[in-house]
Amino acid sequence: MLEEVGELIVTTLWMAIGITGIFLLYVAIAASCAFVAKLILQGRKKEEGFNSLKTVTFGDESSVSANRLASVLGVIAIFLLWGIATGSKFAPPILPGPHQGVATFEYTAVNAAGQSDTGTVFVHTHEEGDTPTLTEIGAADGFAVDDVVQVKVRRSKLLKAQNNDEGGKEDGFRVTHINSQPIEADQTVDYDGGSLKMTKKGSLSIAPYPGMTMEALYLPPPEQVWSTFLDLNANGYQNVGLWENVFWSLSRVVIGFALGALFGIPLGFAMGLNGWLRGWFDPLVEFMRPVPPLALIPLIIIWFGIWEQGKISLLFLASLWIMTIAARAGVSGVNISKVHAAYSLGASKSQLLRKVILPNSLPEIFTGARVAMGVCWGTVVAAELVAAEKGAGKMIIAASKFQLTDIVIVGIIIIGIIGYGIDILMRKAENRLIPWKGKG
Amino acid sequence: MSGLIIDDISMTFQLPGGGSVEALKNINLDIKEGELMSVLGPSGCGKTTLLNILAGFLAPTSGHSRLGEDVVTGPHPARGMVFQKGALFEWMSVSDNIGFGPKMKGTPQAEIDKIVEELLDIVGLQEFSKKMIYELSGGMQQRVALARCLANEPDVVLMDEPLGALDALTREKMQALVLKLWKETGKTIILITHSVEEALLLGERLLVMAPRPGRVHKEYRLPFAEIGAGADLREVKKHPDFGPKRDEILNMIWDMEEEIMGRKEG
Ligand SMILES: Nc1ncnc2c1ncn2[C@@H]1O[C@H](COP(=O)(O)OP(=O)(O)OP(=O)(O)O)[C@@H](O)[C@H]1O
Ligand SMILES: [Mg+2]
Repeated sequence: MLEEVGELIVTTLWMAIGITGIFLLYVAIAASCAFVAKLILQGRKKEEGFNSLKTVTFGDESSVSANRLASVLGVIAIFLLWGIATGSKFAPPILPGPHQGVATFEYTAVNAAGQSDTGTVFVHTHEEGDTPTLTEIGAADGFAVDDVVQVKVRRSKLLKAQNNDEGGKEDGFRVTHINSQPIEADQTVDYDGGSLKMTKKGSLSIAPYPGMTMEALYLPPPEQVWSTFLDLNANGYQNVGLWENVFWSLSRVVIGFALGALFGIPLGFAMGLNGWLRGWFDPLVEFMRPVPPLALIPLIIIWFGIWEQGKISLLFLASLWIMTIAARAGVSGVNISKVHAAYSLGASKSQLLRKVILPNSLPEIFTGARVAMGVCWGTVVAAELVAAEKGAGKMIIAASKFQLTDIVIVGIIIIGIIGYGIDILMRKAENRLIPWKGKG
Repeated sequence: MSGLIIDDISMTFQLPGGGSVEALKNINLDIKEGELMSVLGPSGCGKTTLLNILAGFLAPTSGHSRLGEDVVTGPHPARGMVFQKGALFEWMSVSDNIGFGPKMKGTPQAEIDKIVEELLDIVGLQEFSKKMIYELSGGMQQRVALARCLANEPDVVLMDEPLGALDALTREKMQALVLKLWKETGKTIILITHSVEEALLLGERLLVMAPRPGRVHKEYRLPFAEIGAGADLREVKKHPDFGPKRDEILNMIWDMEEEIMGRKEG
């Protein structure tokens, strides 16, 4: 136990260091871009409007608006870093890529009789799926016969050079030098395309230089993700179209959220207006609120199975409490003067509810709806990861089983963009429907 | 229509800590129909509490009030209220706010439109009928609040510092408007204010209240409202009696405030 905690602390510290490194790198890029942008934009027309006349801006949140140029550059920087890290064709080749093509080295072998001879090894390093035209080996001038080896990029290959040599199977036959450098078991020697290590049994483990860029298995370059996207867009994955997957995820979210709002808002109003109902539901709501929807997945699967009913129930539960609490907050946020005024003007209870309490709580309800939509979107993807026929999450998890990282990344990007899009739409709707928000 | 009678009202708030505050003690008042009464008093003397009881938002611990024969038990359109601020409905346009009362009663829309138009005219907001509340200045908003209250044709208009949040100039215009409305509609108006000048200008009858327990300290009958209804308010302030009355009441309130402070420090 204590040991594990110790490990945890060490891991955390390492992570902190790693995060700091990445963060500093990104901030440094941001800062240098800011510097360059400032130099370029100097002398251009200053920003206009009221904010430009404020002398106190640092600390005045309202005078800080997001710099759109910075947003664009920030996104470009991410793509650029991504491209550099993965050796993209469209990024400057700052990090060396893995070795590809033909490299040769000579080995010196001693046969059982004690004679020595040299042979050449041609190492063909190629991308997965490529079939390189291999070097033709000419006739040998001694007992050591040349070898041809094919290695995939970033992989290694075991070569027993003596296998095709004359007398190579005899005792005492062994490889002694690589490119005139002596080598023994467990020693590593570089050749011009990478390094090789001699195993205990005298074989050569050839490892072409892997480069410093990331392998597509871990992170494919942007262009590969783009072409995967085009392919998915046209052909889908596992017989389900990309947008069909997205459509199913979205439908679940919309239906689950709508159900949650349909029941949550009246429940919240009831709790805000009636002491018995508030008392009745308070423990339930307060208990369910902190339970993350994901923790309910096992139960939901047991109860409703893995089909639509289960997922929609889950999303219903995810949004129900949020909407309930938002509606309740909306009711309690009504300025008491408004209620008094409405009654004094002759409003009945139901008129008060419809004409005053409902519109007055719309801002709170909208805020709740934005949160609920975000939570639902996250929950649906997670639920689909566990079990689904179709859906964005299902596509990701299916692709991950075959290590199709590019599809996973396409999925993640689409999920992010749609989540962002939902929030933007909700905010637009909010501005249109409740222009009085924050102005009461 | 008939007068508003306050019959031996007392109000004691139980504090959560266990103590209690006597916000009002044995208030007896007889407010005639069409009377314009202003109420003055140091902070915490129970003015708002009294008005809330008259509006029917609070039930007194003892005593009762009635409008004519109708005992006050809750809010009623016959007793309209103009709040200091925050009581307009931001989600409605100016016209919809003003027409709210008639609409609740089920008045036909054509009739509501007529009432609204008339009131917009009276408070001088004809051009703003379609505007939203948050697009108006504070003074305009108070004019809407006044119009909304009047649209319901209440017998009594209760105002709790309706002009307290306005600047001096707007305030003066609004005072003239209140006087004009009072004269033209003949409504009973009770107006709470912190400004002695305002109380003098807008009170045929002026009530000075004293705190702990909240009670009526002194009453005045004043000629200024009657004069001001037909003349420039600034002229009224030059009336030979105006200055002395103002100083007298100011001193009275000052003494009360000092007493409170003294008691607190002691
Ligand atoms: N809901 C309440 N609970 C407890 N005490 C209250 C409550 N409302 C008012 N009081 C107390 O009653 C007294 C009178 O309050 P009230 O608001 O009527 O004063 P006021 O004359 O309107 O003051 P101000 O001029 O500051 O508006 C105060 O001492 C106040 O603390
Ligand atoms: Mg008050």
